[in-house]
Amino acid sequence: MLSPYFEDVLIQLGINMILGLSLYFPLAAGQLSLGQGGFMAVGAYTASWLTVAMGWPWPAAFGTAAVATALLGGVVGLPALRVKGIYLVLLTLAFGEIVRVFFLNFEPTGAAQGYRGMGFVTTLPLVAALTALTALLASRTARSRVGRALDAVRTDELAADVIGIDVTRMKLMVFAIGAGVAGLAGALWAHYALFIDPEEFGLHRSIMPFTFIVVGGVETYWGAIVGATLLTLLPEWLRFLQEWRLAFFGLAMILVMVIRPQGLVDHRVVHGLRRLVRRVGSGARSRGGGSSAPRQDPHTRRER
Amino acid sequence: MLVEQLVNGVMLGAVYALIAIGYTLIFGVLGLLHLAHGEVFMVGAFAGLVAVRATGSILIAIAFAMLVTGVLGIAIERVAFRPLRGAHHLAPLATTIGTGIVLQETTRGYFGAEQQGFPPTFATEVWQLGPVRISSVQVFMLLAAVVLMGALQLFLARTRAGRAIRATAEDPSVATLLGVNVTGVVLLCFFIGSALAGAAGVLVGIAYNSVHPFIGVQMGIKGLVVMMLGGLGNVPGAMLGGLLLGVLEVLGAGYLASSYRDAFAFGALMLVLLARPEGLLGLRAPRRD
Repeated sequence: MLSPYFEDVLIQLGINMILGLSLYFPLAAGQLSLGQGGFMAVGAYTASWLTVAMGWPWPAAFGTAAVATALLGGVVGLPALRVKGIYLVLLTLAFGEIVRVFFLNFEPTGAAQGYRGMGFVTTLPLVAALTALTALLASRTARSRVGRALDAVRTDELAADVIGIDVTRMKLMVFAIGAGVAGLAGALWAHYALFIDPEEFGLHRSIMPFTFIVVGGVETYWGAIVGATLLTLLPEWLRFLQEWRLAFFGLAMILVMVIRPQGLVDHRVVHGLRRLVRRVGSGARSRGGGSSAPRQDPHTRRER
Repeated sequence: MLVEQLVNGVMLGAVYALIAIGYTLIFGVLGLLHLAHGEVFMVGAFAGLVAVRATGSILIAIAFAMLVTGVLGIAIERVAFRPLRGAHHLAPLATTIGTGIVLQETTRGYFGAEQQGFPPTFATEVWQLGPVRISSVQVFMLLAAVVLMGALQLFLARTRAGRAIRATAEDPSVATLLGVNVTGVVLLCFFIGSALAGAAGVLVGIAYNSVHPFIGVQMGIKGLVVMMLGGLGNVPGAMLGGLLLGVLEVLGAGYLASSYRDAFAFGALMLVLLARPEGLLGLRAPRRD
């Protein structure tokens, strides 16, 4: 059996990984959003309201919350994706803050007093399963035709357009998927904390997935996973520093970025690890093993 | 009532403008966002608090705060921006977020998380000008902000260094070719921008008589909004945007709903971004980055 503390950390880690992956999708098309906290809030409040006030079973409530958040992402994305770069960052930031102020004043879900009454749903196996599912979705997207189209959009929008990729549709799709995934993270969080209030979905929450991805690496979805792991566990490891631990956490963040500006994991690292795993695997099966060139999958071949 | 609200709005706007100028100077020369700028403002407020407690003079406090934050700005450039030159353009966002955490937590470690009041520095008088009540604190704040912004405008327009800043903002590589020391210009922008934010910190400290380690968060976001409203890298735009946002917020909170106050700023930002992404005073088309 896991100790309650360890289980608590692991559940938070899983939710953070899902939140980190929620930003991987829009970023795969070069769209940085600082509004993921807003989407998370919408997912959390929708799911909680459905289970508490409507008495829905949680799977229906979670699913509806994720889909509703994705649709909202589509609605927000439609005008938002006309702007790029820092403009999009600020636009999504503004969206997140407006969502926060909305729930701060929305009486049916308790306004500033927060919302409670949710049943405990978010167990470790459930979080693990949904994290794996989200990671699978990210990996399938990255390796598919869509993933290659997203690469093209991110690298050069004009060229992607010229070779017949529907740039707007691609961008809108990943923006909506990212929003839905953030909504799912919100639903999980609400049914774990059992109490939500608007302030916890402010800008600092939107910044979390961003720091996960930038520290972990923006090139592959592994970046979001590794970054979420490091930045969730680091404050726990630093507990011995007591009240200075967050200061050291900030310092560590600067240090990682200065040493590895591209993030901890890039294509080279993923490629190297895959080769290592394959070599160990084939070495165990056949005695010589080394001469058969490892089959490269389409993902690792796309290197920059 | 309306005029008094307007006066309050202009005061708040002047503070927003001082913060936004820092963002816009730095964005102008580097094309990058400095997400710890709100925390620089907060450090300025605390530096002012320390100086006021030691000397009792508000002018010394402002000067001291500007010096501290100016040097802090240069340190931030060296630690969070310089090592990442040429890296992924998202990387400095992460290092400045880290810097912001470090500044918040260090301040909290030294001063504690509680709110602290400024000791009274000069007698607060309230004047009745026709229908308007205006206090000496408000007058001082407005005067200080106007003097600082006026000095900056003169500096940018009339001096050699100011011309170098404008040239670098226009095009860094051409500026280099013309013999401008771009590294020096960047450092200068960090110094000036951070010093103005530090002065704003002291002014807010006197006006609202409360500083704590997390006052920089909302102010930092508001400064970003103002920079955007005025146009990226546009100093007069930042001044105008600050006044506009201050007045808009105070009027919106006074006449519509005070709990929605923050939503006005962001609603305005969304509208401007969608309708006129180059900002209210911006002339250039948005940069691709």
